[in-house]
Amino acid sequence: MTPHLRLKTRALTAIVILANVLGNFAMSWGLKHRGTLLGSSVLEYLRVFLNPWVTGGVLLLILWMLSRMTLLSWADLSYVLPVTSIGYVLTALMGRVFLGEQISAGRWAGTVLIMAGTALVGSTAVRTTKAQETEAAFAAAEESQ
Amino acid sequence: MKWALVAVIVGATVLADVLQTLGMRHHGEIHDFRPSALGRAAAALARNWYVIVAVAMMAVSFFAFLTLLSFADLSFAVPATAASFVIETVVAKYFLREQVTWKRWAGAGLVACGVALLAL
Repeated sequence: MTPHLRLKTRALTAIVILANVLGNFAMSWGLKHRGTLLGSSVLEYLRVFLNPWVTGGVLLLILWMLSRMTLLSWADLSYVLPVTSIGYVLTALMGRVFLGEQISAGRWAGTVLIMAGTALVGSTAVRTTKAQETEAAFAAAEESQ
Repeated sequence: MKWALVAVIVGATVLADVLQTLGMRHHGEIHDFRPSALGRAAAALARNWYVIVAVAMMAVSFFAFLTLLSFADLSFAVPATAASFVIETVVAKYFLREQVTWKRWAGAGLVACGVALLAL
C-alpha cells in the first residue's frame, strides 16, 4: 500500500467517523427533547425535521453517507466496517461527557474490544480485490445481458 | 415489535452496504477531490442503480431505526444491530470476494462483541 493511499484512507476515515458520531448525537438529542412517541402518522415524521438538532443531524448523516461511499470506492467493505466502528466508542464517550450517562464496567470492556478490533483490521490491506478484475467482471456481466 | 424492527434494520443495512460497495466498485476509485470533479461523480452515482437501491435501503434502515429510538433506548438500539458486522463480513468474503484474513474475522468479531457489551 502506498503512503499516499494510506494517508487518503486515514483522512477520509476520520471524516466518516466524525460525521456519523456528531450526526447521531444531534439526532438523538433532538428526538429525546420532543417528549412524544414517533410512529403515529407520516405528518409526525415530517414535523420532527423542523427541530434544528434533527435537521443538523440529518445533514451530518448525509455527509457521513457520501464520505463513506467515497471510501468504499477504493477500500474493502470488510475493512471499512470494523475500522469506522470506533465511532461507537466516541458515541459512548460523548454520552458520558454531554449527557451525564454512566459508563459501566461492561461498557468499558466493550470499548476496549471495539478498539482492539479496529486496530487489528486497521493493520490489514485497504483493498484486497483488484480493480481490473472487478471491471472485467462487470464488463462480462453487461455483455451477457 | 422491538426485534422485528431490529431484523428490518439489520437486513436493510446489509443489503445497502453490499449494493453500495458494488456500486462504488462499478463507478471506480474517486481520486479527484476538486468540487467540480466531485459534482460529476455525484451526477454519475445518481444514475447508478446499485447506488439508487442502496440509498433506498438506507432510508428503510434509517426510518426503522428512528422508529425504534422513539420507544427504545439508544443503549438497546445500537447493540441490537451489532449482528450486522459479522453478517456483512461473511457476505464480503463469499459474495464480494474480499480476502477476509484471520485479522479481519477477529476484528469483526471483537467489534460485534464490543458493541453488544456497550448495552450493559
